Amino acid sequence: MRGLGIFLIVMAALAIVPLLTASNVVLNFLVMALLIALAGQGWNLLGGYGGQYSFGHAAFFGTGAYVTAVLQVRYGVNAWLAFGVGIAGGAIVGAVIGALSFRSGLKGSYFALITLAFAEVLRILASVAPLTGAGVGTLIALDLRPAAFQFQSRAPFYWIILALVGASLVLVRLIEDSRFGAYLIAVRENEDAAKALGVNTITIKLGAMILSAAITAAAGGFYAQYFLFVDAGIAYGPWISIDALLAPIVGGIGTVFGPLLGALVIKSLGELTKLVTADAPGLDLALYGCILVLVIAFAPRGIVGILTDIKRCLHPAKTEPPASLEPGHG
Amino acid sequence: MAEPLLQVDDVSMRFGGLLAVDGASFTAETGRITALIGPNGAGKSTLFAIISGFLQPSTGRVTYDGADIVGAPPHRLARRGIARTFQITQPFAGLTVRENIAVGAHLKRPARADALAAAADVARAVGLGELIDHPSANLTVAGRKRLELARALATEPRLLLLDEVLAGLNPTEVRGMVPVIRAVRDRGITVVMIEHVMEAVMSLAEHVFVLAEGRMIAEGSPQAIAQNPRVVEAYLGHGAATRMMAGVSDA
Amino acid sequence: MLSPLLIIPAVLNGLMAGAVYALVALGLTLIYGVLHIINFAHGALLTAAMFAAFFAYHLLGLDPYLAAVGLTPLFFLLGYALQRFVIGPAAHGEDRNILLVTLGLAVVIENALLYAFRADTRTINLPYAFDVVAIGPAFVAVPRLVAFGAVIVVALALWLLMRWTDTGKAIRAVAKEKLGAELSGIDVAHIYAVTFGLGTACLAIAACLLIPTYYVNPSAGNSFVLIAFTTVVLGGMGSVPGALIGGFFVGVVESLSGLYLGESLGQIGIFVMFILVLLFRPNGLFGARA
Repeated sequence: MRGLGIFLIVMAALAIVPLLTASNVVLNFLVMALLIALAGQGWNLLGGYGGQYSFGHAAFFGTGAYVTAVLQVRYGVNAWLAFGVGIAGGAIVGAVIGALSFRSGLKGSYFALITLAFAEVLRILASVAPLTGAGVGTLIALDLRPAAFQFQSRAPFYWIILALVGASLVLVRLIEDSRFGAYLIAVRENEDAAKALGVNTITIKLGAMILSAAITAAAGGFYAQYFLFVDAGIAYGPWISIDALLAPIVGGIGTVFGPLLGALVIKSLGELTKLVTADAPGLDLALYGCILVLVIAFAPRGIVGILTDIKRCLHPAKTEPPASLEPGHG
Repeated sequence: MAEPLLQVDDVSMRFGGLLAVDGASFTAETGRITALIGPNGAGKSTLFAIISGFLQPSTGRVTYDGADIVGAPPHRLARRGIARTFQITQPFAGLTVRENIAVGAHLKRPARADALAAAADVARAVGLGELIDHPSANLTVAGRKRLELARALATEPRLLLLDEVLAGLNPTEVRGMVPVIRAVRDRGITVVMIEHVMEAVMSLAEHVFVLAEGRMIAEGSPQAIAQNPRVVEAYLGHGAATRMMAGVSDA
Repeated sequence: MLSPLLIIPAVLNGLMAGAVYALVALGLTLIYGVLHIINFAHGALLTAAMFAAFFAYHLLGLDPYLAAVGLTPLFFLLGYALQRFVIGPAAHGEDRNILLVTLGLAVVIENALLYAFRADTRTINLPYAFDVVAIGPAFVAVPRLVAFGAVIVVALALWLLMRWTDTGKAIRAVAKEKLGAELSGIDVAHIYAVTFGLGTACLAIAACLLIPTYYVNPSAGNSFVLIAFTTVVLGGMGSVPGALIGGFFVGVVESLSGLYLGESLGQIGIFVMFILVLLFRPNGLFGARA
C-alpha cells in the first residue's frame, strides 16, 4: 500500500508520546487534536473527495455523542456497545439527510444550507427533549473501568483515539485506491461526465455521506466518553461543524493526512491564542475564521498542497506536454 | 438485415416555448458509422442528450437493442453500452489522463490496477500514450478531444455517440483522428457522429442524416447528401441551391 | 380553535415582524440574484449592524431611526469593501471557495463580536418602545408600525434605483448576463461590490428598525438570518417580490405557530419549512433557477 511507510512512522511517533511524557496538558491537547482530526477525516471524505461541502457535520458528531451517552445513562447499555450503536446512529442520520438531499438534487450552496438546517433542528430538539436531558444535558456516571470505556489515566484514551484516527487514515487510503473512490472523485470533478461513464452519482454520494457520518459520529461518541458530559451546544453546536471542515481545508482538502495535519495546526494556534488572551470566549473561533479565509485565498490546497509544491520544485517531473501531438506517437 | 442498434422515432423536444427537436427520426445500423449533420442550433446535441438519457423527450420513442430506453438515467444507459462524448469537453480536471480514462474503464473492471492498465491501453489506441500521466488540465484542445473519446471507449460500449469530436482541430489533427474513429468502428462499435467537418463526414460516414431547425430534412449516402439542394439551402440559406445551379450553368 | 380575537392580532403582528424579515431577505436575495452566491455572512453582518445601532444610542445618544441615516452609508461601504477586497479576490471565482469564504467571514465577525462584547444580552430602552396603536381588535407596537412603513419605503427606493439609475441598470445587466455586461464596458467587480454593499445597507436599516424592540447579543443576527434564508428560498432566490411576499408570509406563519406551539418549537417550525422548501421546491414561488 502506497504511503505505508509514512503512515507507520507517523503512528509510531504519536503512539510513544504517552511513554515520553506524563503531562496531562500535552495529552489533553493531543486527544482534542486527534478528536478533531477524526471528525475532520469524516468531513474530508464527503467534502474533500466527494466535493459536497457540509456545513452541518455537527449533526453526526452530536448523534454519536448523545446515543453513546443516553444509552448508558437511561438504558444501562454497556459503554462500548453504546459507542458502536452511536456510530451506527450517526450513519443512519447521514443516510437520511443524504437520501433527502441528494435525491432532490441539492448541490453546492443549497446542500451546505440544508446540512446547516438539519444540524440546527437537531440542536433545538436536543435542547428541549427530555430524552437528551433538555437544557441541562446528559451526564455519564463516573465508572473508571475499562469495561465501561473509562480509564484512570489519559493514556488509554489517547491510544484509543489514535487507533480510531489511524483506522480512518487506512480507510480513506483504501478508498482512494478503489473503484468507489475513483467514482467519488469523478463526481466531485464533473457529475455529468461521471454519469455518462456509468457512475450512479446519487448512490456514490449517499455512500460517502454514510461513511463520513459514521466516522464523525465515532468522534462524537469518543467525546462523550472522554468528557462524560454532553449537551445540545456541545453535541450539535456550530463549533464542531466548523472544526470538522477547517481541519481538512487547512491540512489539505481531499488528502489522507490533511485532516490530521490541519487539526494539529489549528489546535496549536488555538492554544497559542489562549495563552495570549487568557481564555476569552470567541477569539479562537474568530481566529479560525480568519485562517479559513486566508487559506482559501492563498493556499487552497492546504499544507499538503504546499508540501507537494515544494517537492515538485525539488524534483521537476515530466509534466510538460511534448512539443507535438502528431498521430503515430505513443 | 438485422435490427438497427439504435432507432429514434418521431422524437420531439420542447423547452417552454422553444421546439428544439420536431418529430426527428433516424436509425443507426449496427457496426456502421452514421453521421448527423446540419447547421448550428438544429437540435443535434439535444438528440444526443435524449439518447444518452440526460433529457427526456416531450414525445417520441428511442429504441436501443430492441428496448425502449426513454426515461432511463444516463448511468444505466452507460452500463447497457451507450457511451457519449460532450461537445464542450468535460475532463476531470484535477486528474491525470490515465486517471480520467480509468473512471470509464471501471465500468467493466472493478479492480483499480485492472482499470488503470486498461486505461493505458485505450490511451495508446487514441494516441495519448505519451501524455498518460500528465494532468488533463494541461492538454491542448486536440488532446482533450482524444481524452473524451478515450474515456468513452474505456467503458467498452456498443454504441458510441461522438458530439463534434473534431471541432476545433486543425486539418492535420483531423486527419489524425479519422483513422482512430475508423478503428473504433472496425472493432464492432456502432458510431453516431455529429460533425461539421465535412471532409471527415465524407470519408467516414456510411449513412448521413441531415437535421435543420429540429427537423430531419434529408438522409442518404454522403455523396447524395452533398448534392441535395435542400441540404445546401439549410446551410447556405434560401435560394442558395438555385443560385449555385445558376452559377454552375453560367460558367 | 383560537378565537379571531387572538388570531387577528397574531396575523397583524406577524405582518409587522414579516416586514423586517422581508428587508433582511431583500439584501440576501439581491446578493444572490446578482453575484449568484449565498452570503453566509449575512447573519453576522446583521448582528454587527445591531451592535452598531446599540452603541450609536449608548455612546452618541442617537435614536436608532436617526442613527440609520449614518449607519446605512457606513455599512454600504463595509459591504462594498468586503466584496471588493476580501470575498472577490479570495475566492478566485470558484463557487465552492465563495461558500467557504463567506462562512469564514461569518465566523470571524460573530466571534470577534463575542470576544469584544461578551455574550451578554443587551437592550436599549426607548420612551416610545412600548407605545401602541389600535388597529381593529389588535394593538400594534409603534416601532413595529414604523418598521413596516420603513420597509415599504426602502423597497420602493430600491425599485426606483434599479429602474431609473445607471447603476441600477448596470446591476440588472450583470445579473442577467455577466459576460455581455462585461463586454459592454461595465466594471463587474465594482457592480458586484455595489450590490453587496446594498445588501449590507439593507441590514443596517433592518438593525435600526429592530433595535427598539429586540435584544442584541452576538448570536442575535442568526435567528433572523435563518428566517431570511427560509424567506429567500420560499420566495425564490434572486426574486425581489418573492423576498417581500415571502417575508410577510413567514412572519405570519411564525406568529401563528408561536401562538399554537410556543416559542422554541416555533423556531423548529421555520427550520422544517426551510428544509421542506429546499427539498421540494428549491426554486420557490417566484424564483430563478437554483
